[in-house]
Amino acid sequence: MDGLNINTDLARSILGGFIRSETTRAGFSKAVVGLSGGVDSAVSCFLAAEALGAQNVLAVRMPYKTSSQESLDHAQMVIDATGVQSMTIPITEMADGLISKFPDMSNLRKGNIMARCRMIVLYDQSAAFSGLVVGTSNKTEILLGYSTQFGDAASAFNPLGDLYKTQLRQLARALGVPQVIVDKAPTADLWAGQTDEGELGFTYAEVDKLLYLLVDERYTPDECVEAGFERKFVDVVVKRIQRYHYKRVMPPIAKLGNRTVGYDFLYLRDWGT
Amino acid sequence: MKVKLALAQIKTKLGVVEANLEKHLEFIQRAGAEGSDLIIFPELSLTGYVLQDLVPTVAHPAKGDDPVFKELLAASKNIDIVVGFAEEDVRNRFYISSAYLSQGKIVHVHRKVYLPTYGLFDEGRFFAWGDSVAAFDTRFGRAGILICEDFWHTSSPYLLWMDGADLFLFTSASPGRGLTSAPQLSTAQWVESINQAYASIFTSFVIHSNRVGYEDGLHFWGGSTVFDPNGELVVKAPLEEEALTFCELDLNQLHRTRARLPLLRDERTALVQRELTRILNRDGSRSGR
Repeated sequence: MDGLNINTDLARSILGGFIRSETTRAGFSKAVVGLSGGVDSAVSCFLAAEALGAQNVLAVRMPYKTSSQESLDHAQMVIDATGVQSMTIPITEMADGLISKFPDMSNLRKGNIMARCRMIVLYDQSAAFSGLVVGTSNKTEILLGYSTQFGDAASAFNPLGDLYKTQLRQLARALGVPQVIVDKAPTADLWAGQTDEGELGFTYAEVDKLLYLLVDERYTPDECVEAGFERKFVDVVVKRIQRYHYKRVMPPIAKLGNRTVGYDFLYLRDWGT
Repeated sequence: MKVKLALAQIKTKLGVVEANLEKHLEFIQRAGAEGSDLIIFPELSLTGYVLQDLVPTVAHPAKGDDPVFKELLAASKNIDIVVGFAEEDVRNRFYISSAYLSQGKIVHVHRKVYLPTYGLFDEGRFFAWGDSVAAFDTRFGRAGILICEDFWHTSSPYLLWMDGADLFLFTSASPGRGLTSAPQLSTAQWVESINQAYASIFTSFVIHSNRVGYEDGLHFWGGSTVFDPNGELVVKAPLEEEALTFCELDLNQLHRTRARLPLLRDERTALVQRELTRILNRDGSRSGR
């Protein structure tokens, strides 16, 4: 679909400017990125290195005992290619401190714990390194709610959140992210053999086309079916978008006073800068 | 007659008028040193764009004794200035305004007539609607100011044209959107194409000053342009970057273009008025259907 093709030079320049602006206006000059070995965090790392200088970016690898060696290796390829600073902080001990208390814990709970442990590590390094945590969530996963709230979804700012996975891959190629990372099946790597597309039940290539029509082009679900998408697929995606909206907004505050944060106390974060 | 223009495509500090004023004075100084006759700053150039609850704290009256205008007026002795600001009127209504300053006087203030309040825009929530579109006389002939959404309504430049404007001074703080495979964002293409169209249709100079920089995730794309009465591009400022861009307008081009293409001479204003009156008076409809 033509609408998903992007001019990667333009994206690169706008997103680089965004990273510089949001970092420096908050009083920082450095950034911290959690590197999973996947394409999303690779793109955030490449963009941050280009925008702030490689020496001002700290990439953190945070393997759990079940994480694949391939993920670690791919993250290392990004570190080598960008020349950013790096460290590896395994999360096994901190995650298992909680996981071991519940022998019957589901994979979902374990996965959420791992994602939130990584968030704690990144925000701790944010303070230690004096850098802001760069987001790695793309538009597809934000719309589908395929993330852990306060886990991998947590960041100081997010340069990728308006790029569908399909578009992000185009940008990754233009940035020089190693081919093997761009081409591999996306995975949260929470257990062996897990893939995003296996869990979601559809491919990013398919769902990005549908999301583009639903969200960007404002098609109704019926119009998407007319455009050739299966009714069941459209229904599943529409439901997911609605069901996971809570992950996209700040927790609602119960209004009592005349002026309430979020409702009628409205300022941008860049206020005064 | 020749006019030397300076397009001040600036970044602003959100809600910090003193810092923005300082930048204005610096750009005015630089433009003056280059011999410019007129410098044009973008929409809300003294305040930044997404002001929300900052509006009442950053608004100024357009008065000679206001401390901000005092400095700008002092700077306008040798160079005319178009400046964007949040205006508070005597009854404490707030407007998105642009003022034309010349030789120490406020010549004209335009209050934005069309406040976009849809999509990513929320201007109507925080600002009052301007209620006038009028041309005014300058040292270089008759001009008119429109602010961003104003010129998305064809009636606004048409009114300026009928009111005698030959110089259309457009200002924007246009948030970029529409990333496609094209080398410019959709917004940049849209704005540039309508500016070019207006220059051709109204056989006039169309000068557009747009800002750059970021406010949270919004990005302002710059790319300020000047089109001549033939619809030819005279100059284009860089995309994304802060810039002071100069060009010279040959006002005699109005004579040459209108000799070739007498669209203004042939405009059927009485017909427009008659038909519009008929359409607007028709029972049950204001839009023709």
